[in-house]
Amino acid sequence: MTATLETPTTTPVAAGTTPAPVVRRRRGRRAVNLVLPVAVFAALLGVWYAITYLVLDPGRRFLMPAPHTLVTDALLDPTITDKVWPALGRSIVVTFTGLAIAIVIGMLWAIAMSQSKAVESSLYPYAVALQCIPILALVPLIGFWFGFGFPSRVIVCVMIALFPIVSNTLFGIQSVDRGHHELFTLHKAGRTTRLLKLQLPAALPAIFAGFRISAGLSVVGAIVGDLFFKQGEPGLGILLSNFSSRLQGAPLFFTIVVTAALGFAVFFLFGWLSKLVVGSWYDQSRDR
Amino acid sequence: MSAPAPTAPPAAPPTATRVLEFADVARQFPDGTVALEGVDLTIDRGEFVTVVGPSGCGKSTLLRIASGLDAASAGSARVDAERIGYVFQDATLLPWRSVKKNVELLAELHGMSRTATNQAALDAIELVGLRGHEKKLPRALSGGMKMRASLARSLTLDPDLFLFDEPFGALDEITRERLNDELIRLFVAKGFGALFITHSVSEAVYMSTRVLVMSGRPGRIVESFDVPFGSDRTPELRFTPEFAKLAGEVSHALREGHS
Repeated sequence: MTATLETPTTTPVAAGTTPAPVVRRRRGRRAVNLVLPVAVFAALLGVWYAITYLVLDPGRRFLMPAPHTLVTDALLDPTITDKVWPALGRSIVVTFTGLAIAIVIGMLWAIAMSQSKAVESSLYPYAVALQCIPILALVPLIGFWFGFGFPSRVIVCVMIALFPIVSNTLFGIQSVDRGHHELFTLHKAGRTTRLLKLQLPAALPAIFAGFRISAGLSVVGAIVGDLFFKQGEPGLGILLSNFSSRLQGAPLFFTIVVTAALGFAVFFLFGWLSKLVVGSWYDQSRDR
Repeated sequence: MSAPAPTAPPAAPPTATRVLEFADVARQFPDGTVALEGVDLTIDRGEFVTVVGPSGCGKSTLLRIASGLDAASAGSARVDAERIGYVFQDATLLPWRSVKKNVELLAELHGMSRTATNQAALDAIELVGLRGHEKKLPRALSGGMKMRASLARSLTLDPDLFLFDEPFGALDEITRERLNDELIRLFVAKGFGALFITHSVSEAVYMSTRVLVMSGRPGRIVESFDVPFGSDRTPELRFTPEFAKLAGEVSHALREGHS
């Protein structure tokens, strides 16, 4: 299958990971880099058609509807798109609300830990716990406490998206060059000055790497929250669940593609933002 | 201002121009290594003192104590300088700041006003010959230009005492010699006191009014040479017999101290 939600989660999320550098290839390799993925995509489409028309009985083709039917039976069908587009809008709102809250909490958390060893040793285990406890196990509890509406969905997003922001921000702040620290020490810079003029700017590449990972996770959170809290205004998760239970293959696949596109979009949005903010001075390519 | 010395309250300096006075300074690290022992050293404004010695002889420790980044474990280390310039081995420019913004950094940290900071930065950039490069980011600069920017950053403070930790060690010889000349020019113009660390004998003799030779483990000053050349030094000086003779003596002292 081609379109799934895998993109955002494949980036490793671990304490102390370096901001994953996006290797900018040299011009000579660029053509190859474009041709090969397209060729693979074409091959996958071919396999998909083969399965639809050669493997499946006509009666069971809803399991894997041919790629073009995603357009004919979903994208061009107003009864479907009238459900999908509003659901996409609601999921986007949940994703970005959750992400925004995770960014604020995560950065404050990391900054607090960076300023004191005592705070770090008392709070870091909880950041790790957040990462280790399967959030899915807490989802029913969240519903139990906060109901099945918008707040609960946002809380799920926040919990899923929080850790990479905490760990990347902390890692970035702690990786500041020793010579730079000595320069600030030598000139008697205070804590706040050091944070604002040295630590945070130096940590920005790592912080943005965290944002990018968390943005993808936040999409996952929005879908998961939706799938679980099957009440209220439907987001993409509820649609996915509804289409699959009604055996509506093409709309289901179409919604999956839309969900995947949302994942890609937020991932690249933050990649672009990162480039905009730190691209001028932070060399993301290692091989230059 | 007094450096974080374990002894001696900040009294009036012995002479008006004395900027650094070390008496029997020692530094023992927690692991027992004695990095410095019995170091006596004074520097006045208008003196350019260079310390040469093998790697690991405690040269950098000496400088760190002078700057206040480290403290002597015995003896008295006094620094009577309002403002200290410190040029590191690396240029330590902040990669996200332009040349101009980097040069302004220390003035910012010292709470100078916006206009004073701006003016000091422009003057310093002019002095080190970086006019026209103000908007560049450090990554666009050559090693020599980065060092100039680093020098300019310290110059904005108009320091009484300038500390240099092998600042030109990573540069090619041509750039290095050019920067030697520029630093002499700045020294003559500003008249600060300088403590310069290097492992190049030629650089030491060329730059200094006094050359100190250190030996390692424990780091001690084993010999001191007054450099007789005036302030109008040109690259040709390096090829005169007087220069060769003095450099030879310094080299000899280095080898003696090393064995």
